Amino acid sequence: MAPVLDIDALLDDPQTRIIVCCGAGGVGKTTVAAALGLRAAESGRQVVVLTIDPARRLAQSLGLTTLDNTPRPVEGIDDTHSGSLDAMMLDMKRTFDEVVMAHAAPDKAEQILANPFYQAVSSSFAGTQEYMAMEKLGQLRLEADRDPDNPRWDLIVVDTPPSRSALDFLDAPKRLGSFLDGRFIRLLVAPARVGGRAYLKVFSAGVNIVTTTMTKVLGGQMLTDVQTFVAALDTMFGGFRQRADHTYALLSDSTTKFIVVAAPERDALREASYFVDRLDDEGMPLAGLVVNRVYRVSAPGLSAARALSAAEELDEDENGSSSGVPAGVSDSTAITQGLLRLHAVQAEIAGRHQSLARRFIAGHPGIPTVEVPAAAQDIHDMVGLRAVGEALAGS
Amino acid sequence: MAPGAASARDTDWDGVRLHVVTGKGGTGKTTVASALALALAGEGRRVLLAEVEGRQGISQTFDVAPLASVEARIAHAAQGGEVFGLSVDAKAALLEYLHMYYKLGRAGGLLEKFGAIDFATTIAPGVRDVLLIGKVYEAVRRRKEHRAKGPGAAPAYDAVVLDAPPTGRVARFLNVNHEVADLARVGPIRSQADSITAMLRSPQTVVHVVTLLEEMPVQETVDAIAELRAVGMPVGGVVVNQVRATILAPKALKTAARSAISRKDVAAALTRVKVRATDAIVDGLLAEARDHAERVALEHDAAMVIEDLRRPIYRLPSLSDGVDANGIRELAEALVAQGMA
Repeated sequence: MAPVLDIDALLDDPQTRIIVCCGAGGVGKTTVAAALGLRAAESGRQVVVLTIDPARRLAQSLGLTTLDNTPRPVEGIDDTHSGSLDAMMLDMKRTFDEVVMAHAAPDKAEQILANPFYQAVSSSFAGTQEYMAMEKLGQLRLEADRDPDNPRWDLIVVDTPPSRSALDFLDAPKRLGSFLDGRFIRLLVAPARVGGRAYLKVFSAGVNIVTTTMTKVLGGQMLTDVQTFVAALDTMFGGFRQRADHTYALLSDSTTKFIVVAAPERDALREASYFVDRLDDEGMPLAGLVVNRVYRVSAPGLSAARALSAAEELDEDENGSSSGVPAGVSDSTAITQGLLRLHAVQAEIAGRHQSLARRFIAGHPGIPTVEVPAAAQDIHDMVGLRAVGEALAGS
Repeated sequence: MAPGAASARDTDWDGVRLHVVTGKGGTGKTTVASALALALAGEGRRVLLAEVEGRQGISQTFDVAPLASVEARIAHAAQGGEVFGLSVDAKAALLEYLHMYYKLGRAGGLLEKFGAIDFATTIAPGVRDVLLIGKVYEAVRRRKEHRAKGPGAAPAYDAVVLDAPPTGRVARFLNVNHEVADLARVGPIRSQADSITAMLRSPQTVVHVVTLLEEMPVQETVDAIAELRAVGMPVGGVVVNQVRATILAPKALKTAARSAISRKDVAAALTRVKVRATDAIVDGLLAEARDHAERVALEHDAAMVIEDLRRPIYRLPSLSDGVDANGIRELAEALVAQGMA
């Protein structure tokens, strides 16, 4: 039996400052993040939820009608315990632009923002979203801590980007950092600087081949653009690696807790397995696992097999007592048969969900887990989020 | 299609050589792409199934060893048909491309050593996508034998199925021309992008969208189709995945939705077949019926939105035992029966 993930203890602990929800796409990460934020706020914490790509109606229910990259108060929460809830949706391009403007001189910033490479990297580079989500998290944390006596937020809940590969957001800062520190970049920025005198001859022969080939493949103008872009970023991100390290340290801090969200499906659970192992490898603080949308039947006392056989018996019963005319099946008998067959199908799904979840738990003993029952409808209002929050807390 | 050509059946996509499959995460995009590849491989055809995100979703679906950047056979289909799998890797594709077009020799190794390959495949925007689709493009156009080159030679693959990025990214992924337009106005990358775009916009290509009968996936399907149309990509069919049977008869559904099923009648019927009609069981059954009716109504709304898209619609059943290699065959048969392949 796996330990139960005590959500309320986690949310009530003032030592919990950041909660990161991660998991495969389509498992309900954003909903879980929003529900956690709401529950924490209604129990008295000052919360901000950073979402990446919320469903339209969920976004509307959080008051996120404009994508302006700034936290906005969420209306309609119960503030009896003096809590508050802000929410924001990440705009990765704008976040990147802000980073540029904050760290470069105005004329330089303008030059970077206009560079076609920058424009493409900031809006479509695989990994930019992950990096910017982490950048924004760092910004929110700074903002939260600005006045230690009166913190604007004491809990940040982050929903992670729907990365194709697990934990891309952990790798993104490092990837961008190592790219900018890379040998190739230095080569592009200042070909003349490469290598000492002794190596010059051998080395510049290699450099020449490389630059000639690059020009041949990419075209000269593109190479010039790259050089401008890289030079600009290089001067700007003097301490780029430092920033990446800082984000990483923030994530591995003991006041940060990771929650892995999964759905009771083979693929989603496999991905969750990967997340759990990877977080463990990186020494990231894992709070536990949420198995979302677990199907449950309302009449657990009746087995699928019994329901099916009862439905068949009703057939025989009816045909035996009437003259065998199909129309003789009464409405109420037909409805009851339908209910029994429906129950049999649902009980089978519920059983499958249970066994998938159980197998995962058996494979990861000791990881606190909580199941959230599947709702009949999509969740897109405060009432729905509150219900998910209650289910998360096991009440 | 010419008489006596490879397919004896009429399918909705005769003449299409490249089937791009997209869908929101969690809708079963890879499952559908795999089933479509198997379906197309019927009647002794050769089909390539390619993924471009390095997820190894195809090898997991077919339960075979992880795919490499070299094509490998992953399944047999009817009458000697074969499905080959490929995990397109940008780096391998770039090296292969450089080798094919520039006969680089030593320079290739140097590019790698200097980190230029990493640069081009990870950060140079658009270049990565051009390379990934470029490899697929090459596979679509490849001819069977080197010695039989020319217009007479048969294509190496009768069809190529691409397990593409999810709906949110697919239009940008396929619109390679736009991606590189600002960066490379001339030069080889640009001309490669131009040829790829010409093929993607030709009648040889269609983009199918996979969805579930749920609000968000349907909304993303609508958005993706609009985006694909805006960038001139030919939109194919909509595959509705994991369709569950409606168990209650229409009349019972209506009654259940109104919470108007008679407790007393149900309890009496249950008692007749010796099911203990406790309150918990009767109320539980009624609650299940009401939830079911609610869900059916939502699914109905979702289905109407899909109908409005006026695209061919294919429906795949929800597999009770999950998707495994046998399940894929079942789905492939369903696609054949519905004329998708």
